[in-house]
Amino acid sequence: MSAVAEAPVVATADARKAGSWLLVATVILLSVWVLLPIYLLIVNALSSPEEVTAFPKRFFPSFDFGSLSFFINFAGVGRALWNSVLVATLTMILSIGFGAPAGYALSRFDFPGKGTFRFLVLMTRAFPLPLLALPLAVMFIRTGLDDTAIGLALVHTTLALPFAVLITFSLFSGIPVELEEAAWTLGCTRLQAFRKVILPLALPGIAASAIFAFTISWNEVFAAAVLTIENRTLTAFLLQSLGESPLYLKFAGGAALVIPALIFIFAVRKYLFAMWGIANR
Amino acid sequence: MNALKTLAGAALALSIAIGGAQAQVLFWSTQARPVEETQKMRSEVLKAFNGQVDYQVAEDGPWLTRLQAELQAGSGTIGVLGGLHGDFSTVGADLVDLSGVDVGGVKLNEAYKKLGTLGTGEQKYLPWMQATFLMAANKQALQYLPAGVDLNTITYDQLIEWSKNIAENTGSPKFGFPAGPKGLKHRFFEGFLYPSYTGSMVTKFRSAEAETAWNKFKELWQFTNPNSTNYAFMQEPLLTGEVWVAFDHVARLADAFNQKPDEFVAFPAPAGPAGRGYMPVVAGVAIPKTSPDMDKAKALVAYMLKPETQIATLKATNFFPVVDVKLPDDMPASVKAFGPTITTMTGAPDALPALLPMGLGDLGGKFNQVYVDSFERIVLGGQDVHGVLEEQAAALKALIDKAKASCWAPDKPSEGACPVD
Amino acid sequence: MHGKALPYLLLMPATLFLCVFFLYPFALVAFEAFTRDGGFTLDNFRTMAGNWKFPVAFWNTTLLAAIVVPIQLVTALLMATVVSRLETGRGAALYIFAIPLGISDLAAGLIWLAIFDQSGFLNTLLSNLGLVDRPVMFLGYQSKLTIFIAVVLAEIWRATAIMMVILVAGMGLIPREYHEAAEVFGASPWKRFVKITLPLLRPSLQTAIILRVILAFEVFAVVAALGGTNLPVLMGETYNWQFSLQDRNVAAAFALLILAISVGLTLFFLRALRVPKEARI
Repeated sequence: MSAVAEAPVVATADARKAGSWLLVATVILLSVWVLLPIYLLIVNALSSPEEVTAFPKRFFPSFDFGSLSFFINFAGVGRALWNSVLVATLTMILSIGFGAPAGYALSRFDFPGKGTFRFLVLMTRAFPLPLLALPLAVMFIRTGLDDTAIGLALVHTTLALPFAVLITFSLFSGIPVELEEAAWTLGCTRLQAFRKVILPLALPGIAASAIFAFTISWNEVFAAAVLTIENRTLTAFLLQSLGESPLYLKFAGGAALVIPALIFIFAVRKYLFAMWGIANR
Repeated sequence: MNALKTLAGAALALSIAIGGAQAQVLFWSTQARPVEETQKMRSEVLKAFNGQVDYQVAEDGPWLTRLQAELQAGSGTIGVLGGLHGDFSTVGADLVDLSGVDVGGVKLNEAYKKLGTLGTGEQKYLPWMQATFLMAANKQALQYLPAGVDLNTITYDQLIEWSKNIAENTGSPKFGFPAGPKGLKHRFFEGFLYPSYTGSMVTKFRSAEAETAWNKFKELWQFTNPNSTNYAFMQEPLLTGEVWVAFDHVARLADAFNQKPDEFVAFPAPAGPAGRGYMPVVAGVAIPKTSPDMDKAKALVAYMLKPETQIATLKATNFFPVVDVKLPDDMPASVKAFGPTITTMTGAPDALPALLPMGLGDLGGKFNQVYVDSFERIVLGGQDVHGVLEEQAAALKALIDKAKASCWAPDKPSEGACPVD
Repeated sequence: MHGKALPYLLLMPATLFLCVFFLYPFALVAFEAFTRDGGFTLDNFRTMAGNWKFPVAFWNTTLLAAIVVPIQLVTALLMATVVSRLETGRGAALYIFAIPLGISDLAAGLIWLAIFDQSGFLNTLLSNLGLVDRPVMFLGYQSKLTIFIAVVLAEIWRATAIMMVILVAGMGLIPREYHEAAEVFGASPWKRFVKITLPLLRPSLQTAIILRVILAFEVFAVVAALGGTNLPVLMGETYNWQFSLQDRNVAAAFALLILAISVGLTLFFLRALRVPKEARI
């Protein structure tokens, strides 16, 4: 190890150069690994039915929009898309609204019942939702929450809440309590200190849990299929029937579902880095 | 922060505004799930109904969960249910008696109507449409057909020999079978293999004849594409050419015939020593007790049985009518191929019809599992045939006794629970 | 409202929410696991454990989690490190790595089936390169090993992003001075990673591992798409008992088992990766 410390400056520069090549190579390799399957999905979605079942496969799309346009022209797709966005947005707001205060409390205070609460939150995620769907649906039908966007968002929030609580917890834990204390000594109230000092630092974590909340809600099928009838979400609308549709429609439907989620991730991506500037000062 | 609040408020307001009452009949169905079929059900089959219909499909899990929730809550939005015979058996007690529904002058298939009572005195569901399983082959496979074999009278032994020929000449096994998680393999064992070899579905479950049947199937399995454990619909592997000869539900073969009508032939299920066992698939329509508008629901049920509706349904779903109608000529290629083949199969001198399980109530799923488990253990797991059948027979007997179900065809009617010898 | 009451106030919304939308339906389902025909019984658990598929499903799930999660942890750390080191194109790299988040497990199963299928992309590639004469059967029932490998790859592809995003958010909190100081003293990049990044990342690591382990025991859709009936897993058996066999009691027993495993492992990781208060930044 000490060899590195004693190495001449030139060698360090060389190593740095080699290191940056390695870095770039790694990024490219990882990007290909992630993008290749997506590319293949798109190739299939943009191929004609015959090409999808043909062998050998083509690695380039023939830009046949027949299958995709089937979905786009499908009666009710626009409304389902709107419902999906609505439910996912509500889920995002609810899970951050409930989750972030809880994450803050867990990270800053020691109090009886803390362990129990963390446990309760994790249990939520460890239990299969399709089994809970029956009692939840009965409850919703009795209370009138059935077949509403807010009702479904509440169910999706139970799935997203553990992410919100735990991610914000680990983020707040990473922010030195001294920062907050310094703000108090400068005359800030607890709330002011939180808003002005902590919140900006916690933004990436909040963005991360927003991404989770949104994509969880976006991709959830079972509860959506049971709890929405008139107001079907896009996932319930498409995936319901996808499993048994001909292959070319499966791929087109799969691609149609992926695209909006990608747009959302793209939109919030920059918040993940919001604090890099601060940490780098 | 403020922007977030405004957004939340707006979203909330909208979400409340969206949910509203509607005068449509909600048709909650497990059938016609492939998107194109759903589309046709809405735009062609149900459009002429006087009074709007909202045709919604769901997978079996959500379908049942939603229905159970409405029944437990005591009120609901589902007007009419569509499903297979097996889908209704669990919820029989909560279905309205349909014997009073005026179906006009149409003549319903009596055997299916009796199935619709679910072993009670009431008409729990009315038959809606029917299908069965057939064999399909790529025309390239015909050159390997053993000499002297007529597809219309094919036997299991001939099928094995044929599949062997294909495998040996092309270098890979090309018989296909829907043994995936969503494949309908259980119906093959219950309604085709067992009746063909034992002349029975339940009583002779562990007989010597049954052992022969499983051993024959194991033989066939050697020439079966190992990917079969992933297949749910045989139309796809038929189209890709992974499989040349396949057995499946007609609705799950249809796409191959419609996409490439000149490349495939349909033929009857094979015969065994005891006959040419075959089983129908019956879908029905029913009304749950919580249906919000009984009269409209009953009107929709009657509408589904009208000859014009039945023909439109056939075009949309490849399920055949359950009422007496004459089929017009403008049918899809799949229907043109399947219609005559079904007639050949059901009219064959050795035809041996098997009925869907009756009177099992919510044990229907476990009944199927007995056959699926036997398959997975004997054929996939390579376990001893005799031993497995002994164990599975005990499970079968326990559940038949619990349901106190008497025998159904091809087993002889029994006093009390159907015996498992 | 002072120190004592504040944490409880912050936890209250989340707690109330979870009581209504999780604990209540959960209690109803858990109750079913211990009853049959109205009486208390452990028969459901006996039926579950006595089923011939149970041991297979249990070991498949466990083995899958044991293999997938560590690989994902390493990949996610690699991705997060690479992203934080990049000078240019950081946003793009992060976005690309996060893409699988937006893809539902059903769609992921579809994509990977298109790759490994007998007439899929991998076989096309192999035969184009002249490596095979005829398509290889990757997913046939005799080739359990290749099925398993395919599922592992698909799971790594699909669910690494979850860990990566949590780790990226956590890494952003580590002040750069620490690295700079270490660099001045001549610590190698590897040493800096082990001595600085990893310890300071502990809260985020803990969260990422726990959430991922819990999700790993709920694996289902991808396995069903690639493995068909060949690779039974616990979640698949739960659905089978609930919906095909229509035995809600045994399904509830399965769900409780999954919960128990998740809770046990969560406790283990909470302890093993404990974040001592004094060790925080």
